[in-house]
Amino acid sequence: MHGSGISIWFFIGLSLLVNGVLITGAGIWEVFHPPANPVVLFALHANVWWGAILAAIGLLYCFKFAPRRES
Amino acid sequence: MMAAMVLFETTRLVHLSSVDVVIVAFYFVLVLAIGFYLKNRANTAEDFFMAGREMTAWIAGLSFLSANLGSLELMGWAAAAYQYGILATHWYWIGAIPAMLFLGLVMMPFYYISKTHSVPGYLKLRFGESSRTLSSVCFAFMTVLMSGINMYSMALVMKVVLGWDIHFSIWVSSLTVALYVALGGLRSAIFNEVLQFILIWAGALLIPILGLIEAGGWTNLKLQIAHNASSEYTHLWSTLGTSTGNPMGIHWTGIVFGLGFVISFGYWTTDFLVVQRVLTAKDLRAAKMAPIIGAAFKMMVPFIVILPGLLALAVLPVKLMGETQAVATGGHSYNEVLPLMLARYCGPGLLGLGITALIAGFMSGMAGNVSAFTTVWTYDIYRALIKKDGSDEHYVNMGRWCTIVGVLVSVGTAYLVMSFASIMDYVQALFSFFIAPLFGTVVLGMLWKRATSAGGFLGLLAGTLSSIGMWAGVKVDPSAIRYVAMSSSATDMAANMYRALWSWIVCVLVTVAVSYVTTPKTNAELRGLVYGVTTMPHEEPVAFYHRPVFWAVVVSVVFVILNILLW
Repeated sequence: MHGSGISIWFFIGLSLLVNGVLITGAGIWEVFHPPANPVVLFALHANVWWGAILAAIGLLYCFKFAPRRES
Repeated sequence: MMAAMVLFETTRLVHLSSVDVVIVAFYFVLVLAIGFYLKNRANTAEDFFMAGREMTAWIAGLSFLSANLGSLELMGWAAAAYQYGILATHWYWIGAIPAMLFLGLVMMPFYYISKTHSVPGYLKLRFGESSRTLSSVCFAFMTVLMSGINMYSMALVMKVVLGWDIHFSIWVSSLTVALYVALGGLRSAIFNEVLQFILIWAGALLIPILGLIEAGGWTNLKLQIAHNASSEYTHLWSTLGTSTGNPMGIHWTGIVFGLGFVISFGYWTTDFLVVQRVLTAKDLRAAKMAPIIGAAFKMMVPFIVILPGLLALAVLPVKLMGETQAVATGGHSYNEVLPLMLARYCGPGLLGLGITALIAGFMSGMAGNVSAFTTVWTYDIYRALIKKDGSDEHYVNMGRWCTIVGVLVSVGTAYLVMSFASIMDYVQALFSFFIAPLFGTVVLGMLWKRATSAGGFLGLLAGTLSSIGMWAGVKVDPSAIRYVAMSSSATDMAANMYRALWSWIVCVLVTVAVSYVTTPKTNAELRGLVYGVTTMPHEEPVAFYHRPVFWAVVVSVVFVILNILLW
């Protein structure tokens, strides 16, 4: 599905990028405002690094499969 | 049922923050945007029902798997892992991998070369109109009913997990699916299934990673499970020597022949819900590769489904129980294991992604049901029996309306189940009656040129009726399970395995017997449909690592190694 129109991989990249940014943002906010009832293994700050991984993959896919780059 | 509803009013497992709600809302916006974007690419019947037959192996393969990876599947098998231990993995490995590889290497060429639009369509070409009518009517009827049952179950889950109103969940999710499938047809369903597949992994993968960190690795996890439950819970095969030596009450013959052969091959090679995705592949090599790619990912799914169930046995401070007991005592049921693990590790943002994964799983399963129903209804019932000379545009319009009607019938079924819960058991049993005999009919049709039209139809009918007969017999006299499942201590799950096996054998025996006393088709009539009289298209020369058979061997080797490691 790369021949014409927007690739499905672009939509997937967009989804991962937006979700990743939101999750990382929420994680960073929690670092500075720790919750009263933290989740188990809160000290690992999983939402910060997991969100960053998703955002990085999403950004890569958005760039690689951006509509303007397809011809 | 009312007691459960009252309980769900007062309890919820997780509370979503505003960022979680934004993530869930963004998902709905994106799937609808994909539907609207693809509207202009679904103008012909080939586009609407077959996605233009232009999908790459990766997209067809991921969609093939995603259509099966519903959220009830995720939550149900995580619950089964908590209840029965690692034995639940058999449904992902021996219960899927060999059949998917067989579909890719052996059966796909016949589906693809015949250019059929559906599995019932293949039966028409091979055995005639009567076999197609029987299979298509059963499939269409059961598909929308199953879709409704899944819809209700998902709405109930959303009520338990998030406290969402059950009507809100049913209508928002079903109308979203109806809109994007009606607009963009199968292409839209497939695009969204691939997106949903990625989101399921993104949302669920963190649970086993963090769970293993908390448990102290796999070895420590096994020790804790042996302490909290039993060491039997972490062995795949060594406890299956007797049906009383494992938590599932099943003998290895049931797993190998019932699940690994009949049920698995029946589902993965003849259930049009999944096969339809592969039929959209752009060429024969992509069509053969798609199930193999699906098999490779299917092999990894236990990591996000079974492992969380096992981890819960080790790390959760509460003991989970059956649904009835949970309702009576106010405890947590097995089915809540995945949301409980989600709530345990996932803070704001991650929780929203995890919930999105569950919703995505539900919607991909429902879109799969609806798009398969639409194709079978339009091609195999409406065009075959009601209006044979309609224009291409007419059938596309029928497909769009059929999508809406299919969803509304599913919603109606969901409300029916809400009032009469026992319907759920009956419909699920009805669906299982048909799959195993259908595999017998299709595989004989593809591999044995002597099979006749009368043999195919009567075999399918006899297999289905024998399955219904065994099920009814056990309902009337529960002790009859010792004949069906060869053990009086067999669970329903074990009984399903054996019932499938016997009904497949009945189907094959009747097909063979009737075929020998009736006249077969000529070789010319069978060309492109049957092994031995079909010339396979020459595949273009490609490097060995681009060939389906190479990757099938790789998947097989990994499959064997994993089974030995967890023996």
